[in-house]
Amino acid sequence: MSAAAPGATFIVLMLPFLAAMIAPWLTRRLGHNAAWLLALAPLAIFIHFLGFATDVADGGIVTGGFQWVPSYNVSFSWLIDGLSLTFALLISGIGTLIILYSGAYLMGNAQLGRFFSFMLLFMGAMLGVVISDSFLMLFVYWELTSITSFLLIGFDHTREASRRAAVQALVVTGGGGLALLAGLLVIWNITGVTQISLLLNYGDELRNSPFYLLALFLVLGGAFSKSAQFPLHFWLPNAMEAPTPVSAYLHSATMVKAGVYLLMRFNPVLGDTVWWETILPVFGGTTLIVGTLLAIRQTDLKLMLAYTTVSSLGLLVMLTGFGSEHAIAAAVLYLVAHSLFKGGLFMVAGLIDHEAGTRDVTKLGGLRKAMPITFVAAMAAAISMAGLPPFIGFLAKEEIYYALWATDPWSLAFVAVAVVGNGLMFVIGFAVAIKPFFGPAVKTPKPAHEGPALLWLGPLTLGLTALVAALVSPFTHRFISSPMASAVAGAAEEVTISVIPHMGPALILSIVTIIFGIIAYRMLDHLRAGMASLLAAIGWGPDRGFDQFISGLVRLSGGITRFIQPGRLDIYMTVTFLMIAAALIGPMAWYGEWPAMPVWPEDVQFHEFVVFAIVIIGLLAVIYARDRLTAIVSLGIQGFAVALIFMLFGAPDLSFTQFMVETLAVVILALVMTRLKLHASDHRPTAQKLADMSVAIACGVGFTLYLMAVTQQPFNTALSDFFSAYSKVVAHGTNVVNVIIVDFRGTDTLGEIAVVMVTGLAILSLIRIRTSRVKVADNDPDLPPAPDQTAEVR
Amino acid sequence: MRTVIFRSIAPYLTSLMVLFSIFVLLRGHNEPGGGFIGGLIAASALAIYGIACGVAPVRRAIYFHPMAISAFGLFMSAMAGVLSVFAGVPYMSGLWIYPHLFGVEVALSSVLVFDIGVYLVVVGAIGSIALALEERDRD
Repeated sequence: MSAAAPGATFIVLMLPFLAAMIAPWLTRRLGHNAAWLLALAPLAIFIHFLGFATDVADGGIVTGGFQWVPSYNVSFSWLIDGLSLTFALLISGIGTLIILYSGAYLMGNAQLGRFFSFMLLFMGAMLGVVISDSFLMLFVYWELTSITSFLLIGFDHTREASRRAAVQALVVTGGGGLALLAGLLVIWNITGVTQISLLLNYGDELRNSPFYLLALFLVLGGAFSKSAQFPLHFWLPNAMEAPTPVSAYLHSATMVKAGVYLLMRFNPVLGDTVWWETILPVFGGTTLIVGTLLAIRQTDLKLMLAYTTVSSLGLLVMLTGFGSEHAIAAAVLYLVAHSLFKGGLFMVAGLIDHEAGTRDVTKLGGLRKAMPITFVAAMAAAISMAGLPPFIGFLAKEEIYYALWATDPWSLAFVAVAVVGNGLMFVIGFAVAIKPFFGPAVKTPKPAHEGPALLWLGPLTLGLTALVAALVSPFTHRFISSPMASAVAGAAEEVTISVIPHMGPALILSIVTIIFGIIAYRMLDHLRAGMASLLAAIGWGPDRGFDQFISGLVRLSGGITRFIQPGRLDIYMTVTFLMIAAALIGPMAWYGEWPAMPVWPEDVQFHEFVVFAIVIIGLLAVIYARDRLTAIVSLGIQGFAVALIFMLFGAPDLSFTQFMVETLAVVILALVMTRLKLHASDHRPTAQKLADMSVAIACGVGFTLYLMAVTQQPFNTALSDFFSAYSKVVAHGTNVVNVIIVDFRGTDTLGEIAVVMVTGLAILSLIRIRTSRVKVADNDPDLPPAPDQTAEVR
Repeated sequence: MRTVIFRSIAPYLTSLMVLFSIFVLLRGHNEPGGGFIGGLIAASALAIYGIACGVAPVRRAIYFHPMAISAFGLFMSAMAGVLSVFAGVPYMSGLWIYPHLFGVEVALSSVLVFDIGVYLVVVGAIGSIALALEERDRD
């Protein structure tokens, strides 16, 4: 372990947020050229993390950070090993290209500055997710990616589809984040550590814990929702409502991989159990097949890619679940390959959309001549996606087949799943890369021509990287694949595969895949029609299920609200007082701890008798009062008598406050009474009076018994001794009560006065609604005139 | 309730009560009193003035919206805690200085600032409720 340059890493973690802050200002000044400056931020991050490459390749783990809340063992700390380093490089590297691409893609958009800002915020959050060592930090960053993704999907917020997709993504991934939080808390409880780097030593403890399954399910809830595993996959295709740079960056290359990252991160401690090795492959395999089948159905370039992203994530989850050495190597290679080719393909799709005016694959053709560079970039990405040499996708696919191949039925089933999935992805890859470019030129909404350099720079660079990474595979393995695979496996591991094919089952499976892919590609139109009619026959899908779930939730909460808030004050009061009485009397009855009858004190002074007499007079006055106002004022007599008692028994502060509270309470109650249009006198039916009386008596008896029980306990003087002793010495005040309020427990008081203020605000607005309902509608420009508003706010 | 006597006395009563509330606030650290009780007294003063002479004169007299006073008090209390940052001690540690004003030693503290904040919160919140209840048809 070495702690190299902790300051620099912290600055780098904050850099995207700083860039996000200045992005709108910079964009106002420079227009879309601000992209050049803003891209320096991710570039700097990329270079910073490259600096760790040799260290990590030699098996080093770089940790750093600082204490945050030491008493809760919470720290702001990071962990850089093969896994997080690869992710960080992907995030910052692709991020640099995406920022440049966005500048050209959204050129002239009035909200470009905001867009840059959101993108950079996301980048910072995503970087935080993969770098975090502390659980809390991981969770906060995790939710921050959900929120920034929400902002980006809903970027075009004037369209309803965007807003719906944004909310849907937030609900699914944010909800998963809560599951993750619970899972992390469970893990913390089992092991007692809050840092991933320390957690790695507690694998066996975790696996043998009776709460292992709970922790596993909760963590999987977070991972599966984020990484769009079936049946929670539906939010990802809908997220394609976002501008294409967002789809390329968040929804293919980085954010959706956060779930896979989580699984890989926890593989050494949660993995290697029957549950892990069953759930992950089954869900992953299902997602792989469902995703590719749904992708076949689509004609929109982005949607085709989105569904294959779903299936690729499924493949990654499946491989992570197998947990064998080759499976992890395959997952690692495929993850890198997928980020490169899918990010590239999305950018190509956006480029075509940008230059030709449509993304519908059936309306595109013959663009090869008009957009040669785009064509090259698309082909590079598609070849890698199809798993053909000499791209890194080929290495990944060979490794996948190596990993899966065995002759038992369980493995054979997954081999079949992988072959079908890969074959269909082959089809989609080429459908995106070939269909628009070959064939006769089709008239497109815009006359197509090559886009500006900023647009093709990204996909071309990614394509080249995919090629070079495969050609210099020993180098790639040394710095990327092997360290990452070691981190995922939790033990040193070496990845060795190269572009030179080896004879064996893997190669045969590859050939089978390719043949299957070519046949399917020829039949694409039939397959698409078939899938379309199949889906139409099924009708229902998780996407519609989501809507039903949400509307059901709204109905349920409406029903609950109507039940517990009928809008009648007397019901609220009765329930409240009954609860108070039950809470006071219940425990005493349950434990049989009734207080003893108090002894009548002998030395009662005359003036003390007078005070008691006042109390009783006040009580009778309340009961026999003819109208409400008299009753309220008489209630004040009681309060003043109590204040007198406080005074007599040496609590001047309390008494003082009681006087004032009592006065104000009477004044305010009287004022309220003048506004409520009630009868001056109280005429409840006798039955009602009896019922209310028993509630009142129950409360009174409860309080009396409670106070008696409390005062019969021996009085613990620890606190009063402490405050009497230190009030003058430490806090320079002789009024202990006040010193406690403003000094010893000042932070509590701060909270309390905040409550006082907010309550005041709430009461004020309630009064306003009641009185000036017409005025509200009149002077509020945002509200349409609504004369029937009164019916709502009774 | 707007009798001539009440209306004539109310301004004096209110001034006295406000004065008294400040007295109670300032002596609170050593004698019975403090920001909370002081705030309640001042709020009742405003309420009495409002009942006697109508709400508009009260609002004119206090100039700011009572809720703004309340919010400023909260801000002041929170900032009183922040002062301790400059002394390098944890949030909300009491800080004391003893300057000599006109030959008299005066004890000033961040705690006092905090208590004044409490006072303002209570005056503002309770006062604005009372005033809002008192006025019938206009804000």
